Amino acid sequence: MIGFEVETLIAILLGVARGATPLVFAAIGELITEKSGVLNLGVEGMMLVGAVAGFIAVVATGSPTLGFFAAMLAGALLASLFAFLVLVLHTNQVASGLALTIFGVGVSAFFGLGYIGTPIKGPQAIHIPVLTDIPVIGPLLFGHDIMVYLAFVLVAATAWFLSKSRWGMILRAVGESHHAAHAIGYPVVMIRFFAILFGGAMCGLAGAYISLIYTPMWAENMTAGRGWIALALVVFATWKPGRALIGAYLFGGVTILQLNVQSLGVDVSAHLMNMLPYIATILVLVLISRDETKIRLNAPACLGKPFRADG
Amino acid sequence: MIRLEPRLAPSRTMVYGAPLLAVVLTLITGAALFSALGYNPLQSLYLFFIQPISDSYGITELLLKATPLTLCAVGLAVGFRGNVWNIGAEGQLTMGAITAGAIAVTWHDSTSSLMIPIMIVAGLAGGMAWAAIPALLKTRFHANEILTSLMLTYVATFFLGYLVNGPLRDPEGFNFPESRMFGDAALLPMLVEESRLHIGALIALFVVILGWVMMARTLIGFQVKVVGLTPLAAHYAGFSPKKVVWMSLLLGGALAGLAGMFEVAGPIGQLQPVISPGYGFTAIIVAFLGRLHPIGILLAALLVALSYLGGETVQMELSLPLAVTGVFQGMLLFFLLACDVLINYRLSIGFKGKTA
Repeated sequence: MIGFEVETLIAILLGVARGATPLVFAAIGELITEKSGVLNLGVEGMMLVGAVAGFIAVVATGSPTLGFFAAMLAGALLASLFAFLVLVLHTNQVASGLALTIFGVGVSAFFGLGYIGTPIKGPQAIHIPVLTDIPVIGPLLFGHDIMVYLAFVLVAATAWFLSKSRWGMILRAVGESHHAAHAIGYPVVMIRFFAILFGGAMCGLAGAYISLIYTPMWAENMTAGRGWIALALVVFATWKPGRALIGAYLFGGVTILQLNVQSLGVDVSAHLMNMLPYIATILVLVLISRDETKIRLNAPACLGKPFRADG
Repeated sequence: MIRLEPRLAPSRTMVYGAPLLAVVLTLITGAALFSALGYNPLQSLYLFFIQPISDSYGITELLLKATPLTLCAVGLAVGFRGNVWNIGAEGQLTMGAITAGAIAVTWHDSTSSLMIPIMIVAGLAGGMAWAAIPALLKTRFHANEILTSLMLTYVATFFLGYLVNGPLRDPEGFNFPESRMFGDAALLPMLVEESRLHIGALIALFVVILGWVMMARTLIGFQVKVVGLTPLAAHYAGFSPKKVVWMSLLLGGALAGLAGMFEVAGPIGQLQPVISPGYGFTAIIVAFLGRLHPIGILLAALLVALSYLGGETVQMELSLPLAVTGVFQGMLLFFLLACDVLINYRLSIGFKGKTA
């Protein structure tokens, strides 16, 4: 009896990591974009395009690695459209981001139509002999799929990049004061372009994680608002990578709780339980935004503001 | 070498020219897309944009679909002018449908002529209440209304799913997730015989005029515009940004809720798990395409409504996925945003080191 419960618990905790990982990738991508001073509300659209591109690539080649690369490419491609609009044509970032999401939803549904219900074999959890076989700790530490570990590496690398590396500081300078950065001679537009592209690639990866590992299948609109939750996570994290990771795991927990609450014997309508991650997002946003000064001190000062070299 | 040169003053021609240019570019890209898929581009465009409205039934369907788009977009546009980004019209529409629908289901054998007026008030109130949540969270806790209004859309959709699977499910419906059909007294009167076009279309037209008067002629409309354009000037003038947040969200929510009531008391006639094919989201495109102006929105809503009909036609005739509609709508917004650059800039074609 006890053994059974421990196994359920392990399964739930592994599920938390699977729920959190796409949020980590998307939130880190958006965090870098926002640190450069650009608000891209197209996360959901880029995730969907990444999800469908990764899925199609895996169906075509059978290689999950190629799938993830295709997803990054597709996400970055869509992001470059956004970059062109906001950086070259100086369009409103909020409207352009919304356009990106609307477009991404349509394009992914269009290309994915022939793939609904197609079965694939996604990447499996790793298994290291001896280590993974250690009771309890083994599967929890060494029993995830490779992307779960990569998400941690990405968070650490991003934290280092932003606080310790030269280019990370330039990126932050561009986001804090694009005029000053421009005056010193940094290529503001170029840096923002690459930040947007990186954000797109990470969102693509996040989408592919959902279509290749989390579900694994393709369905229209399958990201189900996770892109928006990732956007909220960036605010929740006050633009700090480590806190984004914690936030993502909290949300992963809420998602899994919602899936498992009935198996735990609580009689609540599944439809009402489905609301949980979205209500949690609102609550978290309210709690964190209540302190206006804290947000203002942490948000990149030029977030959402257009930059023109000539004035 | 193509460069963008700032204009001395914004071009009034391009304010109205940009949407037309965007439509033309969308058509050209659409034709290229159709031919890349191996279809005759001209025939496909004909099927998409002309065929659906080539008979009177098609025109009533166009007006039917333009109605919720217009209602949602007029409300959203007021907010967008004041820099209030309500993108949860879809959820507010759903809540309006739920409140109005709950009344229709509860008193399903009523024959009272008060049913429709009461349901209209309920729809307005439902959408308004749902939009009041982001307004409260924004003004009280500074929570971003983009994210909260969007999250509430998911919550509203699941709530509707819960209701039609539980409390409001048709007791004689073989466990289908649907409410019972509304009684005759709870259905909107038809405007045209042998069609689905109901009087809601007229009310939407009335709302367009009201919205226009409000934005152009009233103090509150002026305040919204000033708060949106120059927050600092608004501050000195003593205009309250919080008031603008409340006003635009409540108005947007009420109109979206009304649109939801029209859908369930009009073409649908019951509560279902899905009320709208994304009217609340598409209304964002309509609002921008219509230059955030009620009259422009009316024209834009007709065009975008056509993209829904066109999507259905090419699905039937060419067996293309219905998602073509979404692709067209997304492209249209992209091109519009891109063309808007021409309001403040002119294209200059020539060599960089011009001497003149």
